[in-house]
Order: sequence, then structure tokens, then C-alpha cells
Amino acid sequence: MSVEPRASIVWDYAPAPEATDHLRLADRYGLFIGGQFCEPAEARYVPTINPATEEPIAEIAWAGPRDVERAIEVARDAQPRWAALPDRERGKYLFRIARLIQERARELAVVETLDGGKPLRESRDVDIPLAAAHFFHYAGWADKLRYGVVAREVAPLGVVGQIVPWNFPLLMAAWKLAPALACGNTAILKPAETTPLTALLLAEICQEAELPDGVVSILPGDGTAGAALVRSPGLDKIAFTGSTAVGREIQTELAGRGVGLTLELGGKSANIVFEDAAVDQAVEGIVNGIFFNQGHVCCAGSRLLIQESVLDEVIAKLWARMGRLRVGDPLDKNTDVGAINSAEQLERIETLVAAGEQEGAVRRSIACSLPEHGYWFAPTLFTDVSPAHRIAVEEIFGPVVSVLSFRTQAEAIEKANNSKYGLAAGIWTDKGAKAFEVANALRAGVVWQNTYNHFDPTAAFGGYKESGFGREGGPAGLRPYLRVVR
Amino acid sequence: MSRKLAHVDRVGIEERAAQLGARSIKTTAKQQGIRLAVSMLDLTTLEGADTAGKVRQLCAKAVCPAPTIPEIPSVAAICVYPSMVAVAREALAGTGVATASVATGFPAGQVSLDAKLRDTEDAVAAGADEIDMVISREAFLAGDDLRVMREIARIKEACGDAHLKVILETAELGSYDHVRHASMLAMDAGADFIKTSTGKASAGATPGVCLVMLEAIRDHVDRTDRIVGFKAAGGVSTSKAALHRLVLVKETLGDEWLTPERLRIGASSVLNDLLMQYAKTETGRYGRSEDFSRE
Repeated sequence: MSVEPRASIVWDYAPAPEATDHLRLADRYGLFIGGQFCEPAEARYVPTINPATEEPIAEIAWAGPRDVERAIEVARDAQPRWAALPDRERGKYLFRIARLIQERARELAVVETLDGGKPLRESRDVDIPLAAAHFFHYAGWADKLRYGVVAREVAPLGVVGQIVPWNFPLLMAAWKLAPALACGNTAILKPAETTPLTALLLAEICQEAELPDGVVSILPGDGTAGAALVRSPGLDKIAFTGSTAVGREIQTELAGRGVGLTLELGGKSANIVFEDAAVDQAVEGIVNGIFFNQGHVCCAGSRLLIQESVLDEVIAKLWARMGRLRVGDPLDKNTDVGAINSAEQLERIETLVAAGEQEGAVRRSIACSLPEHGYWFAPTLFTDVSPAHRIAVEEIFGPVVSVLSFRTQAEAIEKANNSKYGLAAGIWTDKGAKAFEVANALRAGVVWQNTYNHFDPTAAFGGYKESGFGREGGPAGLRPYLRVVR
Repeated sequence: MSRKLAHVDRVGIEERAAQLGARSIKTTAKQQGIRLAVSMLDLTTLEGADTAGKVRQLCAKAVCPAPTIPEIPSVAAICVYPSMVAVAREALAGTGVATASVATGFPAGQVSLDAKLRDTEDAVAAGADEIDMVISREAFLAGDDLRVMREIARIKEACGDAHLKVILETAELGSYDHVRHASMLAMDAGADFIKTSTGKASAGATPGVCLVMLEAIRDHVDRTDRIVGFKAAGGVSTSKAALHRLVLVKETLGDEWLTPERLRIGASSVLNDLLMQYAKTETGRYGRSEDFSRE
């Protein structure tokens, strides 16, 4: 008897775009100073665009030096009253902001995705919930500050300037603002030029929460506004997250001025897979380590170190898994990899990938149909990489992973530490003792064991070497915003 | 033979399985997915109280689950105890719906190998197209992998042309490492399908267990080129859960596995939920449970 094989149906997910009709975005946003949106001193409005379509979303006022000075004056004026509030009262405002972020989570997630190109799955499940969690966490610290710094008497620094990057716009704003405010500082936040929108919605939330005027100012703009902030004599501290090159300029500028500084800069983090790892979960962790947020993650596991005995197996599985990544419309709820944040960043990725090919590494990019408009880069795997290749040394900040091999644990540690950076690392092994031994030997601010890119407001985050200094998150994140009185 | 386990990280596997549960399946994808899920069902009744009458009613439902919705296909098979195989076989003659029988001292498997073989032979003689056997958890937990495999190989022989599904009863194995190991043993011993559960234990085809077994199948196929199917049984009682299992298969083994020849869902109550969800995609509102027959 012959059995007629049933025609196999190819079952695919229908498009599932998140609705945008609930958004209440304005056509134009001013600067947020003294609790009000206001016009910049020199009228300069620049559209912010959706990197997935290249279409403008809204016109954004860019701050100039005069606006920066005005914001600093307002913040200076507000600071003593803010610091003089009973600690618990400051905490209440932060709790209120956290709850409002939760209430407006859907709107914030959609705007984050529109403005930055990241998949909705991530803005909805990671960025926005974590931003709220950071405010909740530091709201709880507001009346326990002295216990955060070994039972010493502490005081706020004063007025702080905070410059955040475009890869996690709202989350980085939360990382910066929440501890600063909890400690009694007032803050001036400069969001990144390509992703100002959620910070401006956060300004609306500050209004809704009735945060006292001047406690938070938000000044969108480019490097000019950032430079004005750094050069201004009126600040007590600068906190910067961004590229190592800019971080270096800031540190030079601040030298000898008695202004506090924390820097969270680039990385080329090693993700180390040992032969006794749970292979499929390691592969999942590699994917999450490098393709999360299109690889626009300072701690991305971009240097993949695999023990030679399992090299072929892991690469085969990784390549097969990469083939299942869904690249495309960031608003689609089933998209895994979204758009590259800007034309400038796309160019940088393309340049480094071309360098990798020229230097002789073997490139594989997954076959996927990319939209006609917008900025896109297919997830890419480089094998036969040597430690000297540019793609093994320089931060690509894109969906590109470079694979290196090692033979022994000692070699893994040596290779992992052989970097000018030291932000994060991943260890994949089923052996607990080995994991701790390796973690202690790594010069990296964050070490994940059998997971990657997991963030929590209770855990300190920060780097060694050219990845910067200072810690954010947990009690350690209070220290950069406090002065020990006695 | 000393046992060497491959590692499965519990946190990692459950995270990945849950992540795939968040796939958004709407509109045409939902309709198509539901039809696919129905076509893969092993509609099951495994009660002490089963009678010929009950089995015949279930067979009628299996052939035509929703007379008012003609595009809903027949299910893949009816799954019954060996004593009901002849009844099912007769009721299903010429319909294309297969007859599956549990065997080997289902569900505990705590009988002699001879009794298991006899049980299997009886079911096959009565006309079963498919045999759902249970592994000896006793042998597996005692570390006797050889006995587990030998039993499966002997039952496979006794099956003749009938397809063999090997039930691991994952809730009794105690860890994902064990689930993966048992999957490998069953496939190496000749299983045509590996199946999660009997439906009689405390837990069934949880997303994590399904994913571990699907990854084991993928690795087995890569190594041997022999196709092995997967059956999720136990605890899949809603459309959402059924679609989640389809997503797990699609994104682990690929589209080639989305056919009743390679994928089955063992359940009973899920069918009416699938029908209600299907009707909702057409009418835009949830129906009443009375809209579909209960057997």
C-alpha cells in the first residue's frame, strides 16, 4: 500500500505589528527646563527619524550653551530645597515616577522602538520594565543612604550633568537619574541626538509626578550641548555613558577641576564557551549576547571564545540558530533583530566588517530579506579570526560576532583579558568551581555565568580599563552621587 | 556501561521555551495553526470506564471534528487502550484516521517484558497502526540504560509495521539532563516518535520538556539522518498551549516537522478549545462550549 504524503503546509506567523494609534506624540518638542517645556535660546529644531523607515517622527529642539547655563542655574536654585526634603519624601517622588513609567509602559515601548529601531519585544520586555525597576530600586534607597555607604554620614554632590547614549535611551536615563535624585542631587540630562523622544516623555512624567521644578532638566542636542555641559563651571559631577573617544575628551576637560566623573564606555567583551557547557543554552546565550538590540550594547559578547574541542559543534549550532532569527520591522511583535540605529552607525559596522574580510577572516551573514528603506545589517558571524584582527579588537557595536578558539582554561583567561576594554564577560560551563575560578581571574566589571545580557537594578554595572570607571546599580551606584561628610 | 549525561541548563532552556511562547500568532497564522494542530491530534481516551460506545463517539468526532466548519480537517489518530483497538479500527475504517494504542503495561510499565510484548502483540493483532509504549522508568532511574534500550528494541520488533512512539514520562525522570538522555536512548533503540508523557503523571508536556526533546531529535537527525517524530502529550489543554508547541517545533526543528507524520499532540479536551478559537477568528466573538459536541 502506498501512502500519499500529505502536502506539507508552510506555517508562518502573520505580520503582528504593535498598534501606534494610541500614541499622543507632539509634532514638536522644546527643552525641558524648570519643570516646563520651553523654546531654546537659539531656535534650532531638528527632526528625529525612525531608523526603520527614515521617516521623521517629530521636531526636537536642540540645546545650545545658553540653554545649558540656564538649566544649570535653575538646577542650582532647586537643589538645596530638594536635598532638604525629608528623605522619605524624595523617595515618594521616585516611586511615583516608577509607577507612571509602568502605567505608560506600552506607549513608552512603542516610542522607544519607533525612535531607535529596536524590536518591540525588547523595548516592551526589557527596556521599559527595567527603567521602572531602577526608579523603584533607588526610591527605596532614598531614606537609607548612609547604610548604602558603610554607615557614614553622607551628603549630595549638588548639580550633576548626565549624558546618555542612544542604545537604551530611557533605560540609561533611568540608570542616571534615579540614583542622582535619590541622593538629593538635581540633574541635567542630555539624551542622545538620534533618540531623544522617550527622555522627553520622561519629562512629561516628571510633570505628572509633580516633581519640584528644576530637579530634572532634559536638554536634547548633539555634541555641542554635551560639550557645553562638560565645560560649564557650574556642575559638581558629570556622568557619561558612550564611546571611549568621547569619554577620554571629557576626562581631559575635567582634569584638575574638582568635578566628579564616572564613565561607562565601550567594550569588546569575551563570551567564553567551555567544552563542558550545556551547548544549546550556550548557543542561545551567544545569540542573546551579540544580537540583542542589534549588538548596540556596550557589554555585548562580541568576542566569542570557544574551546577547540567543541568549536565545530558550537559554530554549526550557532549558524543554524542564527538562520532562525527574524530580522525586520521593529514594531512587529515577532521580530528578533530590528534596524540599525543610524546611518552613521551602519557605516561604522560596514567599515569594520569590510576590514574583517580584508584581513582574512571568514564572513557569513544570514540570508534574510531586508526592508528597502531604513538602516539594516544582517546578523553576521566571523570565523578564522586572529586575536590581532581589527574585528577581534575594536568595538563594532553591531550584530557581528567574531569567533576565536582556545585550548585550555589558562589560555581562555589570557585571551579574554587581552583587551584594552574590561566591561563584561560570559562563562559557559556546567562546573561551578571552574566558573568561579575563571570569574575571579577576569578583568571585567560584570561576569555572567551560563547567561548573558541579564540586567538587574540591584547589581553593580561598570568597567575596568578603557571601559570606564564608577558603578551604576545597587548600593554601589549611590557612591558616585554622594559625598562622605564624616 | 557507565552513563555519560549531556548537560541541559534548566534556567536557560526554560527561558528560551518561554520566549517562544511569546510569539504573536494572530489572524491567518492563528487559523492555519489551529487547522494544523487539529490535523496532528491524537484524540485520546484512556479511562478504566472506556466502553465501545464511548470509543465510537470519539471516533466520529475524530473523523469530523466540526461539521459546521468544513475546513477543519480530521485528526491524525485515535489513541485507546488495547482492548478498544478493534472497536476503533472498525469505526475508523476507510477514514484515513489512524488507530493508536497504548501498550506495555501503560502507564506504569511495571510488568515483565513478556507481558509488555504480549500487550503489544495483542494491540497490533487487533489492528493498531501505532503503538505508544512506556519506557521502564525503573530501569532508567536505576541507571540500567542497556535494559531500557533492549526493551524498546524488542517492542519495536513486536510492532512489525506499526509505528512505535516511546513515552518517556518526563515528570518521573527528575531532570532535563535525564530527559535528554532518555530521548537519545529511545531514538538509538529505534523509536519512530518520542513522546513526553502518559498524561497520568503530575506534569506533562511542559514547554521546557518539549524543547529539550526537540533539541535531542534535531541532534539525533544531524548525527544519523534518521527522522524521528515528536509527540507532546499531557497538559496541552488550550489553543494557546497547542500553538506554543507548534512554535517550539517550528523554531527548533523547522517547517519540515509541521506535519502529522512527524508531530503529534496527544490530548482530548484541547480539541473543543481549538474549535472555539477557530470559530472566534471567523465570527470575532467567543462561542459557547455548547456550540461543539462533547463526547
